[in-house]
Amino acid sequence: MKSLIDILDLSVEEIDSLLDTALDIIANPKKYSEVCHGKKLATLFFEPSTRTRLSFEAAMMELGGNVIGFSEASSSSASKGESVADTAKVISCYADIIAMRHPKEGAPLVASMNASIPVINAGDGGHNHPTQTLADLLTIKREKGHFDGLTVGFCGDLKFGRTVHSLINALSRYTGIKFVLISPDELKLPGYVIRDVIEKNGLPYLETRSLEEVMPELDILYMTRVQGERFFSEEEYLRLRDSYILDTEKLKSAKEDLVIMHPLPRVNEISVSVDRDPRACYFKQVLNGKFVRMALILKLLTEAGTI
Amino acid sequence: MKIDSIINGIVIDHITAGSGMKLYGLLGLDELDCSVALIRNVASRKTGKKDIIKIDADIPVSFDVIGYVDPGITVNIIKDGVITEKKTIELPETLTNVIKCKNPRCITTVEQELDHVFKLVDRDTKTYRCIYCEAKAE
Repeated sequence: MKSLIDILDLSVEEIDSLLDTALDIIANPKKYSEVCHGKKLATLFFEPSTRTRLSFEAAMMELGGNVIGFSEASSSSASKGESVADTAKVISCYADIIAMRHPKEGAPLVASMNASIPVINAGDGGHNHPTQTLADLLTIKREKGHFDGLTVGFCGDLKFGRTVHSLINALSRYTGIKFVLISPDELKLPGYVIRDVIEKNGLPYLETRSLEEVMPELDILYMTRVQGERFFSEEEYLRLRDSYILDTEKLKSAKEDLVIMHPLPRVNEISVSVDRDPRACYFKQVLNGKFVRMALILKLLTEAGTI
Repeated sequence: MKIDSIINGIVIDHITAGSGMKLYGLLGLDELDCSVALIRNVASRKTGKKDIIKIDADIPVSFDVIGYVDPGITVNIIKDGVITEKKTIELPETLTNVIKCKNPRCITTVEQELDHVFKLVDRDTKTYRCIYCEAKAE
């Protein structure tokens, strides 16, 4: 049974095909409006994540399917001590596909090993969140038309940001990508990601503390939040915080066709004034997330022989 | 020092000198009723010194544990006083319940029934990662 637990479960060809399906859904929504008629998506959210859950639910509904599930562990059998494996077996009797969010790393993998229906990882702690990466990829594809040869800047918390690691993993499989890694020393991209992903694929990269210095060369700017609790001292955090806030002033030196992205939720790392800039694509990412989840549900249900 | 030959059992040979005791514990040999000999610092032509374990019973042993502790070990299966099988154990691709994941965020920390499974990701550096959370084995 094919599931999606890690973005690397998908080959480049599969990702390209998923993105093509998503583009077709955007162009021809009616064609897909009843393809999942009579089918059920179970959203098993052991921790709250309203946006991701609603995105999955909206995706299934727009495919003509139905949704069952829970939005926090306290309203599930987990509160009675049921294992993830047992929950997966039980839900397999009710639904056709599962989207699972769990605070513990690896829980969706355990579910996929025990379910008889496909499982989609909707986020497992700080580990994986493959559908966010698919949303990011679809956004780049729609805005730029291609991946090859892009200079992609990641700014902010590159140490703990799972969306950053996952997107770097996915983009590293395309040719000619250059990474620009913008962060304070405390939050640099972990050595193993540089070594095992970027260097292994022979891709060029640059590490810098200054967003302004590299702004003119970026095709994509992926912003993340710099959280105060990640720093050793409050002083250091306050000193660095503002340098990683994107505002209209910093954008003056950027390319006219720059694509500004953010996995959301945003706190203050992108000034609200940037929202009016046509280069701001973070709310488009949300919409793209729904379309690519529709494509993914379709793919997995088709491969399972359910539709 | 003289240790009797085995009629039916297992000889674990070419253990790196000093690793015998660790292997003895990991294989649970202290719980067996049969004769078990751990011989340390035996002269070896290849390595100078080696450890040997002799088990006087045909019991199932985990080759994964052996391969993880000390790849290159030889396991001889003896039946009726004759070596019937000789295996050189390599680093296993998968380790199941040999080591535990120490990542506090891993699902294995809350679900006690789950097997602790690690996959070999780099043979040169002998690096294993948990299949659930991808934490590196310590």
